[in-house]
Amino acid sequence: MLKGKKVIILGDRDGVPGPAIEECIKSAGAEVVFTTTECFV
Amino acid sequence: MDLENQQRVKDLTEKHGKENLVVILGGAEAEASGLACETVTNGDPTFAGPLAGVQLGLACYHILEPEIKDEVDPEVYDEQVSMMEMVLDVDEIVDEVSTYRDKYSEFS
Repeated sequence: MLKGKKVIILGDRDGVPGPAIEECIKSAGAEVVFTTTECFV
Repeated sequence: MDLENQQRVKDLTEKHGKENLVVILGGAEAEASGLACETVTNGDPTFAGPLAGVQLGLACYHILEPEIKDEVDPEVYDEQVSMMEMVLDVDEIVDEVSTYRDKYSEFS
């Protein structure tokens, strides 16, 4: 499902931060086009 | 979702095409994660940002959802996410995000 897709990452400072998700997504064979770490609240 | 990021998501969707994009969330709370999913699928529910009334219908998942976890290298997942997986309410988050995805995403 992720392989070959372009991925937008909306991480959370109090949850899973953007860079941590980015590492995961890259290992799944997808291309990350934008990463941020928001404060969701 | 903050207004600047709404604009980024909108621009990236125009650039890459909605069928090629997946949004991955890392929100700590179910309600906020659900709202973010709603924003990138059905539009900004608060009608404050650039995605107000814009139904992108993007595929949107939380990093804790099994569909995503299963595709990630287990070692990387363990290193980057497993600690938060232990402290967050996974079931509640998955339930909330998948509800909006099932309702509004065109590409789930």
